[in-house]
Amino acid sequence: MTATVFDELVGQADAIETLRAAALSANALLAGTNSHAGAMTHAWLFTGPAGSGRSTAARAFAAALQCVRGGIGCGECSGCHTTLGGTHADVRFVVPEGLSIPVALMRELVMRAASAPTAGRWQVLVVEDADRLTEAAANALLKAVEEPPARTVFLLCAPSTHPDDISITIRSRCRSVPLRQPPAAAVAELLTRRDGLAPETAVWAAAAAQGHVGRARRLAGDAQARARREAVLAVPRQLTTIGACFDAAAALIEAAEAEAADAVAALDATERSALEMALGAGGTGKGAAGAARGSAGQLKDLEKRQKSRATRAQRDALDRALMDLAGFYRDVLNTQFGRTVSPIHLDASPVAEAAAARWKPEATLRRLEAILACREAIDANVKPKIAVEAMMLALWKG
Amino acid sequence: MSAPALLLVLGDEELLAARAVAEVVDAVRRDDPLAALTEFAASDLLPGELAGALSPSLFGGRPVVVVLNGQDAKKDLAAALTAYAQNPDPDVSLVVCHAGGAKGKALADALKNAGAQVAVAAKLTRHGDRAEFVRNEFRRLGGKCSGDAAEALLEAVGNDLRELASACAQLMADTDGRIDVEVVHRYYRGKAEVSGFSVADAAVAGDVPAALEALRWALATGVDPVPIADALADGVRTVARVASAARGGGNAYQMASKLGMPAWKIEKAQRVARGWTPEGLVTAMAAAARCNAEVKGGSDDRGYALERAVMSVAAARGGGR
Repeated sequence: MTATVFDELVGQADAIETLRAAALSANALLAGTNSHAGAMTHAWLFTGPAGSGRSTAARAFAAALQCVRGGIGCGECSGCHTTLGGTHADVRFVVPEGLSIPVALMRELVMRAASAPTAGRWQVLVVEDADRLTEAAANALLKAVEEPPARTVFLLCAPSTHPDDISITIRSRCRSVPLRQPPAAAVAELLTRRDGLAPETAVWAAAAAQGHVGRARRLAGDAQARARREAVLAVPRQLTTIGACFDAAAALIEAAEAEAADAVAALDATERSALEMALGAGGTGKGAAGAARGSAGQLKDLEKRQKSRATRAQRDALDRALMDLAGFYRDVLNTQFGRTVSPIHLDASPVAEAAAARWKPEATLRRLEAILACREAIDANVKPKIAVEAMMLALWKG
Repeated sequence: MSAPALLLVLGDEELLAARAVAEVVDAVRRDDPLAALTEFAASDLLPGELAGALSPSLFGGRPVVVVLNGQDAKKDLAAALTAYAQNPDPDVSLVVCHAGGAKGKALADALKNAGAQVAVAAKLTRHGDRAEFVRNEFRRLGGKCSGDAAEALLEAVGNDLRELASACAQLMADTDGRIDVEVVHRYYRGKAEVSGFSVADAAVAGDVPAALEALRWALATGVDPVPIADALADGVRTVARVASAARGGGNAYQMASKLGMPAWKIEKAQRVARGWTPEGLVTAMAAAARCNAEVKGGSDDRGYALERAVMSVAAARGGGR
């Protein structure tokens, strides 16, 4: 079989089959033959756990829709290329950097999506993280999804079809494409094939990343990411006293802040200097001061957006750390229940086994629940420091 | 008292600064009812204008020039003021108000060195200073006030000097000038300023009635529930960290740098830490975290959420269940 745009999507044979049929049907619709009637529809909802490839699937499907070689998603024609590169004129990606997608942005996009496709195929709107739509933004999108223009396709990505993630009204108008957590073996295979990693590194990273392809690659290639993960996995052993719990909590938060700062600092500075230049900062001569006078508000707006992005980066970093930690306790529980599934943290197995011998399964389960409760608390806007401290104390107590 | 030729009012407590300026103006007016008062903001005063205002008037009357916000003076104005201060005209009164911070400090120092009289109008940050202010205020108005009456007034009125001053004046007008606790309580009741920290302090000390009272006062005076919840968590955290760093005793000053807290906070926490068990602290911290979610939209009634958290924190002390 020749390579297609769907190859990046690992371990999702069923979903790929559906999408491929839909893309072929879409092509037939364009040609006017309509041989696979019913396989194509105007709105799709990709759901699955983090790292299962929701956005990869949406991207690949968008490329297949724009593929000029009969909709097979060849990955080589101009349609596929530009879509995958994010430069196709008829494909728009909404990748929220902040905590939510505001209604103003959604209204603008919906309006653009209503126009006819310039290349004569499909107008595609991809909303990654549709769970971050605000209620008003979701309603703005709903109107478009309800009465779609003939050649417009909406591709939404969300963790699940639960009403907390995506409103029922939108969900009921979409065809759902459930993706599963890709098996570690499939991720490892992709890492060796695509990124040329050594097989044993790939197996370790794929397991540690819990099926998240992007994270597995980061773990394998980025020494800092590995160091952060090791610091998190060292936490259970450090919780010897109450004071140590608070120290561990502070360290975890600080690490998340540093990671987020690393991720956004450079971008912040470039954005700021670009805006300042556009506003004429640093100019001299007559009128320069007057021109700069009204610009403080715009800079403040930018700072606000950057702050929202930094907060999100921080929460994401913290969430990754908590998931690593949860993985450790899962391994402990797994060991206590006789190793029915393979462990997540292969390199921390000795520690997990020692802990399994010491704790009761109930205590392990309580600890696991404390971590999940902490994630929920942070989601509910509890100060991360307080939530993590409460969690560490619960981990210590068992 | 004759009016000084050059007065520097140093500090950013508005009431005190305004009083210092008014004193000068009154002193000048006593001698010379025709005295001409001119006020300027330093940020847009030009040296020429200053020179004009400082020169004697053709029509008589001693000029009184007040320069407000001296810290905002531009370079040329600061230079003009400094030059004038070297050789001030004894028939003119110049008052320069300065916030006393780092901004424009050179001007304040130069005026001081040139021999300007200095009136201090710094913010009163310590509780004792404010009590002293209240007692002085009564004395100034010709009354007498006991120490506990001053405390009672501070608790009921709050820390704003203007409000305190007007409360003193009101009490003097309404009574015969002998102020004691009963007199204060006849006119002023309640608490003006209750922060989340007083709620937290009482809660971690296990004093449920005091904690609930402080909480009700705080909510009634409009303190937002979120900072109260944060303070509660901070209270539990402080006790937990102090208790764990040195079980039983330990020098607060040695622990201060290690824990990153001021020594007084550690000492206070050490006093209440004795009744706490590690299990109790775990329960208390969990309650504080739950409360934090509840005041941020997790609960219909934020006041009740706080009350429940205060009760569970206090109950966790000594018990653990």
